[in-house]
Amino acid sequence: MREISLHILDIVQNSIAAGARTVDVSISEDEHTDTLTIEVADDGAGIPPDILQSVLDPFYTTRTTRKIGLGLPLFREAARAAGGDLDIESSPGRGTRVQATFKTSHIDRAPLGDMAETVALLVVCNPDVRFRYRHTRGTLGFSFDSAEFRRMLGDIPPTSPALAVVLKEVIREGLAPVQRA
Amino acid sequence: MKTVEELDRIRKQAQAMTRLREGKETTRIVVGMGTCGIAAGARETLAAIMEELAKRNIQDVVVTQTGCIGLCEQEPIVDVIKPGATKVTYGKVTKEKARQIVASHIVNGQVVGEWVIASA
Repeated sequence: MREISLHILDIVQNSIAAGARTVDVSISEDEHTDTLTIEVADDGAGIPPDILQSVLDPFYTTRTTRKIGLGLPLFREAARAAGGDLDIESSPGRGTRVQATFKTSHIDRAPLGDMAETVALLVVCNPDVRFRYRHTRGTLGFSFDSAEFRRMLGDIPPTSPALAVVLKEVIREGLAPVQRA
Repeated sequence: MKTVEELDRIRKQAQAMTRLREGKETTRIVVGMGTCGIAAGARETLAAIMEELAKRNIQDVVVTQTGCIGLCEQEPIVDVIKPGATKVTYGKVTKEKARQIVASHIVNGQVVGEWVIASA
């Protein structure tokens, strides 16, 4: 994947497939520790402990658990290639939390990329899921909650394609002063 | 605030659309968003479809996503499901092809035969 935001889009698909009602995506850029941290947390079905051991193994997972696949191993490789790592915690019935860290200045770190597009498309294509997105860098921050956005819509269908375009612009503007990675 | 004005514009369009479409079924476009699809550029494809629909003020088409269907080498894969018609599956849909599929298939009802990989 060329961008970390594509990995995020991919990892969130796991949350959706796991029946999540709420998905929290948090990104923090810590300039003092030179660390970029990505977290995706959901309230989906969760992963049983015996399977959790194997979700990062691309050869074990693809056939047995279709909702997992290659996404997590690829994301972990991207993190490890950039001086970071990936950690996953899950409890069945409660949800899953995936956290990836990257050394921000590492030459092999992929750019974060277009988070506005990732979030806008997720929101408009999945009207039954609530997405909360938070991006911080030092004292600066941007946050978005799809539930608040939907309250502004009134009788506009939440799947209107035009919303994806507007939302992308809104998020892009909000992120501009915050995102450096 | 710009957003509020934009939303007002979309709302007016939506209301006009709803009146026109009263009782009719909607068209669905489904984009493959498995790891294979995303790696092949499905996000750009999906964004291009949304932009093209928005540009043409089309609000009664629902765009959704699906996972890997086992044809990874054909990704990005896009299904077009029009009410009363068979499902048409397009393969290797770049953003340029996506825009053309909206113009030709969604707007004018002309299937773009050369990019179809399945129809059932």
